Amino acid sequence: MSTMSRGWDAIVVGGGHNGLVCAAYLAKAGRRVLVLERRHVLGGAAVTEELVPGFHFSVCSYVVSLLRPWIIRDLDLPRHGLEIIPLEAAFSPLPDGRSLCRWSDPERTRREIAAFSKRDSEVYPEFGKKMGQLARFVKPIIDTPAPRPTSLSPLALLDMVKLGRRFQDLDRDLQGTLVKLMTMSAADMLDEWFESDVLKAPMSVSGIIGTFLGVRSPGTAYVLLHHYMGEIDGAFRSWGFAKGGTGAISEAIADAARRFGAEIRTEASVASVLIRHGEARGVVMADGEEIRAKHVVSGLDPHRTFLKLVGSDHLDESFLATIKRFKMRGSSGKVNLAVDRLPYFASRPGDATCLRGDIAIAPSVDYLERAYDDAKYGDFSRRPFINVVIPSIVDPTLAPPGKHIISCFVQYAPYAIKEGAEHWPERREAFGDAVVDTLAEYCPGLKESILYRQVLTPWDLEQEFGLTEGNIFHGELSLEQLAFQRPAAGWAHYKTPIERLWMCGSGTHPGGGIMGAPGALAARAMLKKGGS
Amino acid sequence: MPIPSPFHPRTSVLCTSYLWKEWAGYHAVRSYETSHEREYLAFRHGAGLLDVSPLCKYEVKGPDAGRFLAYVTVKDVTKLGLGRVTYLCWCDPRGHVLDDGTITRWDDDHYRMTSADPSYAWLHRNARGFEVEITDVTEELAALALQGPNSRAVLAAVFGSELESLRFFRGVRAQAGRIPVEITRTGYTGDLGYEIWIPAQHALAVWDALVEAGAAYGLLPAGLDALDVTRVEAGFILGGIDYTSARKAVIPSQRSTPQEIGLGWAVGLERDPFIGQAALCREAREGARYAMVGLDIDWDELEHLYDAADLPPDLSPQAWRSSIPVYHGVVQVGYASSGAWSPTLKKNLAIATVEAAHAPIGTELAIEWTVDHARKTVKATVVPRPFFDPPRKRANVVHEAATSA
Ligand SMILES: Cc1cc2nc3c(=O)[nH]c(=O)nc-3n(C[C@H](O)[C@H](O)[C@H](O)COP(=O)(O)OP(=O)(O)OC[C@H]3O[C@@H](n4cnc5c(N)ncnc54)[C@H](O)[C@@H]3O)c2cc1C
Repeated sequence: MSTMSRGWDAIVVGGGHNGLVCAAYLAKAGRRVLVLERRHVLGGAAVTEELVPGFHFSVCSYVVSLLRPWIIRDLDLPRHGLEIIPLEAAFSPLPDGRSLCRWSDPERTRREIAAFSKRDSEVYPEFGKKMGQLARFVKPIIDTPAPRPTSLSPLALLDMVKLGRRFQDLDRDLQGTLVKLMTMSAADMLDEWFESDVLKAPMSVSGIIGTFLGVRSPGTAYVLLHHYMGEIDGAFRSWGFAKGGTGAISEAIADAARRFGAEIRTEASVASVLIRHGEARGVVMADGEEIRAKHVVSGLDPHRTFLKLVGSDHLDESFLATIKRFKMRGSSGKVNLAVDRLPYFASRPGDATCLRGDIAIAPSVDYLERAYDDAKYGDFSRRPFINVVIPSIVDPTLAPPGKHIISCFVQYAPYAIKEGAEHWPERREAFGDAVVDTLAEYCPGLKESILYRQVLTPWDLEQEFGLTEGNIFHGELSLEQLAFQRPAAGWAHYKTPIERLWMCGSGTHPGGGIMGAPGALAARAMLKKGGS
Repeated sequence: MPIPSPFHPRTSVLCTSYLWKEWAGYHAVRSYETSHEREYLAFRHGAGLLDVSPLCKYEVKGPDAGRFLAYVTVKDVTKLGLGRVTYLCWCDPRGHVLDDGTITRWDDDHYRMTSADPSYAWLHRNARGFEVEITDVTEELAALALQGPNSRAVLAAVFGSELESLRFFRGVRAQAGRIPVEITRTGYTGDLGYEIWIPAQHALAVWDALVEAGAAYGLLPAGLDALDVTRVEAGFILGGIDYTSARKAVIPSQRSTPQEIGLGWAVGLERDPFIGQAALCREAREGARYAMVGLDIDWDELEHLYDAADLPPDLSPQAWRSSIPVYHGVVQVGYASSGAWSPTLKKNLAIATVEAAHAPIGTELAIEWTVDHARKTVKATVVPRPFFDPPRKRANVVHEAATSA
């Protein structure tokens, strides 16, 4: 890429947070960059919208953990308004009125767990320490381009880890744990450590979020590790709220990009990539306008990028087949509520402090597995796993005084329901009812307090947010779809078979979540290429 | 033995961590909970309420009040407008800093001064020939710092919406019910914030009113540990930590001029005689030998150091206050005196005194860092202070009525 001639050096398709990060890095390096976003707001799945006056919802993603600190520093995001507030608690109410709450204070957590299992209460910090050690060991994977493999088996990832870092120096114990993480299910892995279901259930869910897998499906243990990789503060810490909702993260990145000179347009839908002689020359907008650029970067998922924007004419059979095989399989939905009072949890009456974090409706491992069973047969879970947050408690700017917003991330809601995905709109409210009914069992009075409800099914995530099959991560984060296989073997370094067309979305390494790494690493790859 | 502040009946009940320290002879809360994290976040995202009663406070009244203060400090405060506050320092006759603090002008012949160390004797000694009356009101006047993005809303809820228009570094008299207070838009967090000066007998009533109104705005009582992190982010220096008062210095090298501690901008040289003037004029001609700088300690290098020891980067959430060598190449050119990991900026920050030649913004230095008991060095770049400077700190409220008209 050069800055010599006029015109755009790069067009970024999609103003999701990764597209914006990519644009910011390119602009920072002096490139002329144009971002084109289909919707009226920026952020994609990291977006805040005022759905009813006074209530600001993080419509899709709702907590942040993996946003890379080096990106925060490079783009000076705090100066552009980024503020992250750590979650203070992880609360798991039970239907029988008991509950477990884990806190940032380890002693307090120990006492809570001891009420269920004294043994577990003492093992818990050991587990945390071990996961923390391993997370550090695999962390370089998410901060650098995917390793180049020697073989294409998912376990090659383990080989890469072994080679890349001093695997041999790790003590035996850690080596063993790492191998297990790569192969076991989240539930089995936790069984080896803990006896109490009340603890295991909420811990195991981080292995299944965004996948069409159950807590007993092999390979889900590895995703647990991602949970421990979340960094608030550079030290290993867990999740946080973005002040102003997750859209504020996207806004801060967009602000930084603009300051570096990028131009950003909303309500600008790209119909296709303009391709001449196997080379991207720009884009064609939905209204027919052509915009030329030296490079095009797609922040959309791989299906959308290749099957819609590029089209099969320009791609060879085997590549097309690989992209089609890349599993999207959305499995989650979202219910957003505006309520006129603080929800009341029957198991902790009068204690609002345990609501200042996330609340897991995951009373037992069996419960989670049953929820998965419904989905296996093409239905949404009658009793779903729900991850609830009430961000207006810690960030009162999100709702009018005394009122609150409740965000419910729900699993499972399979894209391919048995009636066919296009029939989701008819089942939408039934799905919403299942979620509210389930939550109301823990939270009496909830229904009466609801002022507004938004139900997002995987179908809605696809239609409104452009997430193919409603997959929240642009493709499942399962072992065989990570690193050098993301999105396709041989194409894991942001390049595509089309010259001058690049990828920068969550469908590329290191994957989904509000992380920014795909966008930043893509920009680096482009700049390196252009520099030579 | 330290004594309780006027807020002790409230703070002592809330301080479930039992973490206290001594501050200017008073018991002061370090953090109410075992970790200061929530209190820090309150300062940056909601509102933090900090007992600052231990600050030394002096009323200076009389026809010569302004002239007197202009004589004893480095600034010509006779030019200070009514209801304005200024931050400054004062020096001994050799131009070495004794202390720093604020002066507020409440009336033509009424100023109030705050200082970190007791300064009555020194003020009194220099008052000869001036028609002034100096009163130490440290004990009579309780004080609270209300700091954070929501502090304006809390203040307005308790003292009335007129308070919203109070501008940066201005002061105003106000009332909560029948309790008279003074409010200045000042503080030590580098954020939107206020300090409230309250007759000690009304301290608890004002505390209660603020806590009650603050409930809807994420207000938390906060202690000195949280303050310490915010003050490093704000790049503010702390007497006794980042510089030594000339009063306490044992050897000449421990003394600093205003220029050397980054307060050169506060000095007004061309005016009637003031204490230290001749020395400071000389320094202005010859240049200062040292400078106070902000350092951004390179995170990637630091992480690599820990990585080499097979450790995760393990930084304390507390701000630190110890002297750490700063190098240019292999030569020591200064020392860092305090620092903190900034949770907001995701940066590892320090405040350092370095030889003036190494002070320009962008200079790459190195700071000593101990990893696994072994001393290493890490790149540290000179960056501007404040490290964190949100626009809301100075922003004025534009009333809706005015904008929609
Ligand atoms: C319901 C839900 C909950 C989630 N919860 C969390 C969470 O709590 N924490 C977390 O870390 N992650 C969460 N995630 C995942 C995370 O939000 C995503 O992985 C991430 O935001 C994706 O970012 P991206 O920039 O890669 O892509 P996207 O955000 O998908 O951005 C792609 C952009 O392209 C635009 N676009 C699509 N087609 C076109 C076109 N033709 N022309 C122009 N623009 C187009 C889209 O409108 C969108 O703005 C969640 C996701 C969902 C859906």
